[in-house]
Amino acid sequence: MLGTGLLKGLAVTAKNFVGSFHDPKRYTTVEYPEQPTKLPENYRNFPFLVFDGEQPIDGLRCVACKICEAECPPQCIYIIPDRDEKGRPTKKPKVFDLDVSVCMSCQICVEVCPFDAIKMDQHFEIATADRFNGLLLHREDLAKSDAYYHSIHPTEAAQVDEILAEAKRKAEAKAKPAAPAAPAAVKPPEPPAPAV
Amino acid sequence: MTTAFTPTPSGAHVRAVHDPFHGDLLEISMGPHHPSTHGVFRMMVTLDGENVVKLKPVFGYLHRNHEKLGENTSYLGSMPYTDRLDYFCSMTNNWAYALAVEKLAGQPVPERAEYLRVILAELTRLLNHTCLAGFLLQDTGASGTPLMYAFREREKILDLFEALSGSRMMCNYQRFGGCRIDATPAWLAAVRGIVDGYGAFLDEYEELITGNEILLARTQNVGVLSPALAVSAGITGPMLRAAGVDYDLRKVDGYGLYPRFDFRVPLGAHGDTYDRYMVRMLEMRESIGILRQALAAIPDGPIMDPKAKIRGFRPKPGEAYGRIEGPKGEIGFYLISDGTPNPYRYRVRPPSLINLTVLEDLCLGHTLADAVIILGSIDIVLGEVDR
Amino acid sequence: MSPAVWFGEVGASLLAMDWTPAIASKLAPTVFPTGQTESAFAERLPLLLRDAVTGSLPEPWRWLANSLIAIVAIIVIFASLFALLTLAERKILGRVQNRPGPNRTGWGGILQPLADGIKMLTKEDIVPAAADRLLHFLAPVVLLALSIVTFAVIPYGRHLVPVELDAAVLYFFAAGAATELAIFMAGWASRNKYSLLAAMRALAQLISYELPLLLAFVPVVMLAGSLATTGIVAAQGGWLGGVLPHWHVLTPPGFAGFVIFMIAALAESNRSPFDLPEAESELIAGHLTEYSGFKYALFFMAEYLGMCALSGMAVTLFLGGWHAPLAALEFIPSYVWFAVKLLALLLGFIWIRATFPRLRIDQLTRLAWKFLVPLALINLLTGGFWVLTTHWTGGMLVVRWAIALVLVVGPFLALGRQFQARYAPRTYRYA
Repeated sequence: MLGTGLLKGLAVTAKNFVGSFHDPKRYTTVEYPEQPTKLPENYRNFPFLVFDGEQPIDGLRCVACKICEAECPPQCIYIIPDRDEKGRPTKKPKVFDLDVSVCMSCQICVEVCPFDAIKMDQHFEIATADRFNGLLLHREDLAKSDAYYHSIHPTEAAQVDEILAEAKRKAEAKAKPAAPAAPAAVKPPEPPAPAV
Repeated sequence: MTTAFTPTPSGAHVRAVHDPFHGDLLEISMGPHHPSTHGVFRMMVTLDGENVVKLKPVFGYLHRNHEKLGENTSYLGSMPYTDRLDYFCSMTNNWAYALAVEKLAGQPVPERAEYLRVILAELTRLLNHTCLAGFLLQDTGASGTPLMYAFREREKILDLFEALSGSRMMCNYQRFGGCRIDATPAWLAAVRGIVDGYGAFLDEYEELITGNEILLARTQNVGVLSPALAVSAGITGPMLRAAGVDYDLRKVDGYGLYPRFDFRVPLGAHGDTYDRYMVRMLEMRESIGILRQALAAIPDGPIMDPKAKIRGFRPKPGEAYGRIEGPKGEIGFYLISDGTPNPYRYRVRPPSLINLTVLEDLCLGHTLADAVIILGSIDIVLGEVDR
Repeated sequence: MSPAVWFGEVGASLLAMDWTPAIASKLAPTVFPTGQTESAFAERLPLLLRDAVTGSLPEPWRWLANSLIAIVAIIVIFASLFALLTLAERKILGRVQNRPGPNRTGWGGILQPLADGIKMLTKEDIVPAAADRLLHFLAPVVLLALSIVTFAVIPYGRHLVPVELDAAVLYFFAAGAATELAIFMAGWASRNKYSLLAAMRALAQLISYELPLLLAFVPVVMLAGSLATTGIVAAQGGWLGGVLPHWHVLTPPGFAGFVIFMIAALAESNRSPFDLPEAESELIAGHLTEYSGFKYALFFMAEYLGMCALSGMAVTLFLGGWHAPLAALEFIPSYVWFAVKLLALLLGFIWIRATFPRLRIDQLTRLAWKFLVPLALINLLTGGFWVLTTHWTGGMLVVRWAIALVLVVGPFLALGRQFQARYAPRTYRYA
């Protein structure tokens, strides 16, 4: 009969109207600032730099090798390696800028970094009134502790720790027979398995 | 009324502007800022009353130099850009691109990764077709309700994507020789849960709208695409199958693991807007079947070929074309390598753009309101049309 | 002066002073079919309140003050109903769509209409350079004015009829039909192609749907034997066994008339699925495209007031006006019953909007001319039959109902089959 399709449709909307009051499946809205959602562990936002120890800048794992700068598809990373008084590279970044207005959160920098120094953050409330400087993150803004990394990506961080420990063991095994007295040089560990 | 218009050899219908028996024609620029042009698409529509006598699609407002970017970045660097082609279907775009590069480099893919790709591609198909159904109904004038129901379900799939790849829409998940992150058993269980519930959603959705007399009247015999025109214009995907042409790359090419799965290809008989809508609804039900089979059969194992390289990836000189059956049609990537880290030529075959080429033929003789839903039924995403 | 008379007097004085005695005398013996005493306090509360204000005034000024109070009361009540209705609509649409709707302003969003109003008032009023400035300004004013004047003849309660006219129903539809003219004015004056198309659509819609709208209530007029709204409501008083009210919607011609009337009312008030003049997915905002700020708000207000007025008329014509549905519920004041029925119909409007897609302009007119008008014409026949057979009793009552139902359902099925021959769900083959 003409009109049955219309009546069926009205029944469906009525069901949804009533359901929205008692059925959580039919009321899916999460009222965001009051009800924070739980981000999945794999969630990624913008990159940050991991540091070990207490000192944010001194403890950075980054050695300013510029691989991420070269591989970044939108080219949002800018690095100047630090040099000591004699002009030798100290294997630390003097400038590590990341323009989050350009970054597209693709995490290729994370995949190509051989030192597990750059990781993806989960902090997304970064709105700012300053369009240029507010969105240009410097070394100081980017440095976050290893403990923070463990807190946002526990599984991935545990894997990274294993890889780093393995690399360190290898480096020490290599260094010991050659010069047992010399302090363990910060040697670039082997590239980790891709796609952690 | 249409007798007053004589088709010219180019197919465009031209009429003297000052016809004493008809009033003047009304030329309307629909878009690039118009609620139902799905982004920044523009239609220069010439109307006689409300009837479309000429329609000129104008696009390029979202042009981002995608192909040239691809030639100036590494093979891996293009992967996140493919997400941004058709931003509803980043997983299938990733797959098509990965397939092309894997062909170029002769890179094998482990079985578990292939299963994951099928699962993700079919989830993408569900997502895309669900959204299309919602958008089409929105274009028809339903005030948001079907669209909201569609988005409710889409959100569940996007949550899955986020849990797996870290991003809802810009997944950047496939890699040359596998996938980036392995799926946990919990994730697969979540997929199973959503796949099991999807049939019920489709039933409810169809009850809401498919039998609706207003929808039938609005969509049936509107925008009829003949099989001959569809084939000669290079139309692919559900739009081609709605015209009655049996062509599904999953069957034709049998790429990935699709020959292992048992599924049917629904075909329309009229090629009108209703068929395009219904073929997609039926395809979703087939996708649910494929997902069930894939989830039951997914093996354990590595997700990345051990020989695959992330840094310093340089395929030997040559060319390759990788294509898959994306939700919108044949999405393909054509690559020429000259042995350097960047492709020499990077070309996308965008299904949205090629399906859009018949827009004027579909719209002529229909009203302005029909032009809107015909455009909706073609299923375009401007990110892919303009690249 | 009896309180029951004043509204009649005010209405009459609004029209012409010297009509007053005639109409007032005609209305003086207010006879209600139920024989209900009008002494209920709550029933007369609005009148008592008004008399408390104006009672001390001398006679020539008193009716003026009374009529002003009536006008202000209608405008205030329906303007706040409009505000609440926008909120209710957004809340209900939200709930239907599995979301909460506006809930940030005030307590659970209750102040949202206020916020919207402030926003509308403070927005810039933009008039296109090429627009006809006078008509562009006049269109919302005329539209709102015409929407408000229709409220004059609706009986809101036992004693609450602002203007009592003999041909109240005709007056109502004449004023209601003129609103489309204002929409055409808006579309034409905007000098915008979308607005112009919307204006054309609005006129086509007006011409198509005015006819079924008018034809649909003719059986009611036949049944009630009156064109006055009070007479029509009075004819629907009483209950069968205290349970079954004598509402027109419960008779076969009345029911068919009600359905046709509501479909046409949807179209007349430009509501989904007939919101073609402002089809947002096609014409951006139709005739409203070039309106902003307060003028836009006036259009919205007029649309909702038009919807309220048509619903109020539908309640009056078909749903027993202010009569209670059960004899036992008569202690609740009549204006409350009217409000309840009015709100129920308005919720129906919102519910329909939440569900249906929009028709195309040719289908819209075809629906009117090929479906609603024939049904309404046949319904005239049914109405005539129903009026002629009021004296049938016993077994003949069954025959009467059977014949009337056949007259109502038969044409509907026949015309529906015609539609289904053209458009039907399909079955699909698989490769």
